[in-house]
Amino acid sequence: MLKLTTAMLSAATLLGSCGNNSGNSSGSNGALRSSNAEKVYVAPGEYDEFYAFMSGGYSGNLTVYGLPSGRMFKEIPVFSQFPTTGYGYSEETKPMLNTSFGMVPWDDAHHPDISQTEGILDGRWVFINGNNTPRIARISLKTFETEEIIEVPNSAGNHSSSFITENTEYVVAGTRFSVPVPQADLPINEYKGKFKGALSFISVDKETGRMNIKFQILMPGFNYDLSHPGRGKSHGWFFFTTYNTEEANSLLEVNASQNDKDFIAAINWKKIEAYVNNGGGTKMVANYAHNVYDESTHTATSTMEKEVLTVNPADIPGAIYFLPTPKSPHGCDVDPSGEYIIGNGKLSADLTVHSFTKMLDAIENEKFDGDAYGIPILNYEAILAGSVKSGGLGPLHTEFDNQGNAYTTFFISSEVVKWKIGTWEVIDRKPTFYSVGHLMIPGGNSRKPFGKYVVAMNKITKDRYLPTGPELEHSAQLYDITGEKMELIYDFPTHGEPHYAAAIPADMIRDKSQKIYRLDENNHPYAITSPDQAKVTRNGNEVHVYMSMIRSHFTPDNIEGIKVGDKVYFHITNHEQDFDVPHGFAMIGANNSELLIMPGQTKTLTWEPKKVGVWPFYCTDFCSALHQEMQGYIRVSPKSSSLDLTWTLDDE
Amino acid sequence: MIKKVFGLAALSLMLLTSCGGKEEAKKNTPYKSPKKEEVKVEAPKEVSKTEEAKKPEEVKPSQRIALDNKGVGPIKSLTLDPEINQEMATKGAEVYKKMCTACHKPTKKFIGPAPKGILERRSPEWVMNMILDPEGMIKEDPLAKELLVEFNGSPMANQHLTKEDARAVLEYFRTL
Repeated sequence: MLKLTTAMLSAATLLGSCGNNSGNSSGSNGALRSSNAEKVYVAPGEYDEFYAFMSGGYSGNLTVYGLPSGRMFKEIPVFSQFPTTGYGYSEETKPMLNTSFGMVPWDDAHHPDISQTEGILDGRWVFINGNNTPRIARISLKTFETEEIIEVPNSAGNHSSSFITENTEYVVAGTRFSVPVPQADLPINEYKGKFKGALSFISVDKETGRMNIKFQILMPGFNYDLSHPGRGKSHGWFFFTTYNTEEANSLLEVNASQNDKDFIAAINWKKIEAYVNNGGGTKMVANYAHNVYDESTHTATSTMEKEVLTVNPADIPGAIYFLPTPKSPHGCDVDPSGEYIIGNGKLSADLTVHSFTKMLDAIENEKFDGDAYGIPILNYEAILAGSVKSGGLGPLHTEFDNQGNAYTTFFISSEVVKWKIGTWEVIDRKPTFYSVGHLMIPGGNSRKPFGKYVVAMNKITKDRYLPTGPELEHSAQLYDITGEKMELIYDFPTHGEPHYAAAIPADMIRDKSQKIYRLDENNHPYAITSPDQAKVTRNGNEVHVYMSMIRSHFTPDNIEGIKVGDKVYFHITNHEQDFDVPHGFAMIGANNSELLIMPGQTKTLTWEPKKVGVWPFYCTDFCSALHQEMQGYIRVSPKSSSLDLTWTLDDE
Repeated sequence: MIKKVFGLAALSLMLLTSCGGKEEAKKNTPYKSPKKEEVKVEAPKEVSKTEEAKKPEEVKPSQRIALDNKGVGPIKSLTLDPEINQEMATKGAEVYKKMCTACHKPTKKFIGPAPKGILERRSPEWVMNMILDPEGMIKEDPLAKELLVEFNGSPMANQHLTKEDARAVLEYFRTL
């Protein structure tokens, strides 16, 4: 009897414990759930099929996830200081965050895009935009570190960025806010006609990836919201959605929603490139930071650029056209063939699909409906390929699979809608939880999508996870799209607010991932390559400590002769040459962060001792069985002390 | 009877924690792979054996002569010329200075043992394997295991020397 009761009790427990995990995912039964579990389960020790790079939104960084497991592998610091590694705190990386406004230690990162060759992901770099203080960053997919950040002048709210052309010729950055160009002290209500929207084409060196602003097109004062490159047949063109063609400067919520149609701006960048290569365009005085990290010196330098080449659309007729697109379009997406340009009118229920072929025909036959600031407006009916009558509300973004289908998110009605390119018929719709923004299919904005999963990035999390106070991480949702119908198979939290993401099959980059920095390639001016070079030098109140670290000690680990008021630079080289053996460095009272130093790398932390005494430092990364022994002391004497500098390890 | 009841209760508890546990693990480990931690905390267990290793009548592992032991790793057989190759030894000294001196002083015990006289106690293959694959040696060579204990559980770092560099370092050891 007792036995029976317990058995029943345990059955109830079973039900209770596992049943809770399903939360409120609607309409799934037990059998389905278990097959979904298999789809996302990556067994211990096994690898995920895809790398996903999710923008960190207001964290300013980029996070790396595995798909389908939803496991987070790394947070790559980009626009924000990152005390975990010392990025933006170490002397070597502070220049990465320099701008024309001085150091800006934060940004709002939006749209990552992976480099391409011939329209196919090539896995060399990820680019991402800083929205707030306009910047574009390039991240190496060999080291998974930020290598370069370029500020974008004449821009404000760098939102229609950072999207690349199909051979990574350019990374494109468009301004959301139009502003006076050059900046000027003007009454705000003189916006209309006086403000400009700068669209910047930043060239990318084929070998090094180095960025350089090739030209900026100074467009009418609309808001340039999102963009995507033409590909295949439309390679050479770039498309930008606009809103606020009303050019309102206040209460945009109402005043920028007056026109029935705004525009997609179609830019023939190849034509403009040829124009500037032949000496076209106007050089404008500017001031913007260009920050480059050198892997051999482990050091970034910031250079202020003083000039930018601008192009006035009126000077190059035939290069820019407006495609009328209903209801304040947000997302601007181009299908894998390059034929269809999809505008997602966010105040509409329908999607507008323009035909590239019809667009060329309308241009050739001058099927114009007037112009805006001299830029021809093409006839809407003449270029329309079709519209998707979705029945959803608030379409935002579209991605594509490799079977001729498109997937569009609907923010207001919280759903992903699958539809057929060409017939425009809706095939399936699945709810999201809740209020989805972007979605992402690996390679979904290239000529060759890998159509296995859709990741929906939701703006509202609410009841999906255990509550953690008022602030919740945003929720991503994974859909299996291999069948006719989509299947929601997994939820996972993301860090910051991932606006957009880009993913790539893991086997395209996994084996290129760097394991260590070679000591014999370390050209840091303060590196020491053997511990007998360890020393401490003084120049006035500036003290330089040349230190090395290996499991599990620092050389030197006892330093005397430091004084209150000194500025101490710890230049620390990790002498390990083995994968995954970083060492940390933390100094009591340092007003910055720790350093996390990879094998073969040198980093520098400054410390300004304020109190007399003997102060410890230690390694923060559990490096070996004797990690707790990896420590040292610094004796700090009064400012008036005449104690000489000494440095020792084991009294030598 | 009572035993069985407990068995069932334990089973249900296990089921409970297994469901809950899985979820916990997913949420709690965004930055560090648990695998790495595991590897790193393994060594202290070895440290506790130190007592055993210090029995007065026993010869310390570092002093033991084991010329027949070739160790485990990429080097299966190596015959040394009777003459020391000075050029190679000079190169070896350079490599040694950069890659090894953080833990090994040439003639004095430091973090690890001194290489002076090492070939009186170890075969050339064993020395090469210890340089080229210390992880494998610590796992599979009993002497390397004992040495880890003798040297406070401080693991020999794999500095990823090429075979050629490791061979040069070995030649340098002959000059000490």
